[in-house]
Amino acid sequence: MNNRVINWFKFASPASFYPVAGKLVPLFWILAAVFGLAGLWISLFVAPTDAVQGDGYRIIFVHVAASWMSMFIYVVMAAWAAVGLIFNARLSAMMAQALAPTGLIMAFLSLWTGAFWGKPMWGTWWIWDARLTSELILLFLYVGFIALQASIDDPRRADKAGAIVALVGVVNVPIIYFSVIWWNTLHQGASVSLSKSPKMATTMLWGMLLMALCFWMYSIAVALQRARAIMLEREAHTDWAKQLAQVGA
Amino acid sequence: MNAIYSIVRRDLLLAMRRLSEVLALLFFFVIVTSLFPLGIGPEPAMLRKIAPGILWVAALLATMLGLQRMFAVDHADGTLEQMALSPTPLVLLVTGKIAAHWLTCGLSLVLLAPVLGIQFDLDRSALGVLMLALLLGTPLLSLIGSIGAALTLGVRGGGVLLSLLVLPLFIPTLIFGAGAVQAQIEGGSPSGHLSLLAALLVLAGFFAPWATTAALRIALE
Repeated sequence: MNNRVINWFKFASPASFYPVAGKLVPLFWILAAVFGLAGLWISLFVAPTDAVQGDGYRIIFVHVAASWMSMFIYVVMAAWAAVGLIFNARLSAMMAQALAPTGLIMAFLSLWTGAFWGKPMWGTWWIWDARLTSELILLFLYVGFIALQASIDDPRRADKAGAIVALVGVVNVPIIYFSVIWWNTLHQGASVSLSKSPKMATTMLWGMLLMALCFWMYSIAVALQRARAIMLEREAHTDWAKQLAQVGA
Repeated sequence: MNAIYSIVRRDLLLAMRRLSEVLALLFFFVIVTSLFPLGIGPEPAMLRKIAPGILWVAALLATMLGLQRMFAVDHADGTLEQMALSPTPLVLLVTGKIAAHWLTCGLSLVLLAPVLGIQFDLDRSALGVLMLALLLGTPLLSLIGSIGAALTLGVRGGGVLLSLLVLPLFIPTLIFGAGAVQAQIEGGSPSGHLSLLAALLVLAGFFAPWATTAALRIALE
């Protein structure tokens, strides 16, 4: 038992995690491609045309996956940040830093595809619906985290300051979400209901799940790749990084 | 308790010696709220409708401008490091500084708000609720904002960064604060919103000083 614990902590060092991440990245890229191709095939060719929304509904296959990822990545990022803060571990903070841009892109993608979907379906690019608003605020939280990390030169301080922001953000996310819901129900009468989803065909559900898996794999691959770059950048003065440059790996 | 009191007293004294900073903040509040009728038009019905939101957003912005100075001066002349080294727990001193910030910035906004509310044709009951909501909400803003102020201490482009970090976290306060006044204007009961504001205040009052202290320790490393 004790042995295993030690083995896990071994990968908390950038020198030993760097090659492991290098091996994992292509694996996750391949998985992302496989799930993505299968998901796109189902969502574009197999899934039936929706009776009410026509073919426009197919945006759902990107939109839902992006929304899920944007929320999930923030929680994972905060968890890594907490681990980094508690154990004073460099790698955890690097992982948090590596995840943030992907989360930001997902939140942006979710809002963007949502607007494209909203225009033909509800006749508007944007409504101040609770979900849309809280997704927008999530985007702001990502921007705050990235901006703070980018503006502090000392990487250790940037890590810790970013960790506090991520943790304060994650505590606030439920508060913000519920406040927005209450605000929304107070201010809006009967408008578009997003929460009542019609029954979904099984093929549609499969397409959505496969696309979600594809986004998962893509996020992991990109985050690991970015973490590798961050590791090299920060550990450039160390022996293992210099050896890497000589070998040319 | 004595430590908190002496910090509050010291900060208030310093604020009184540099009264122009506090006054500039209050005039910012006045000017921003006066701009909206000029931009939107003077119809009283419209002004009544937008008043709670505008007064609250202006209060948010004014608080945020004041936040930058919460720790910056003490950090620049080394006082903050001495505070961190003192035998009194830093979290108590931080609580004192937050309280002093609220007394100089938040409380004056509360007292000024009814005058501005009259400009927006709010009646007496709505003004009362506005003051009560601000009384609960502005300390909340000071508490949440102190985390951002500590994090951006001595950082490049601190002012803009502070707004990026803190404004999204101010959103619940804005919603419940403006919501209370709105409810009163529309003939409903503001008590639900005020209770939620009070609950958030209790929550932030407990957690925010700790987060701020942690952020200050990082900044002082």
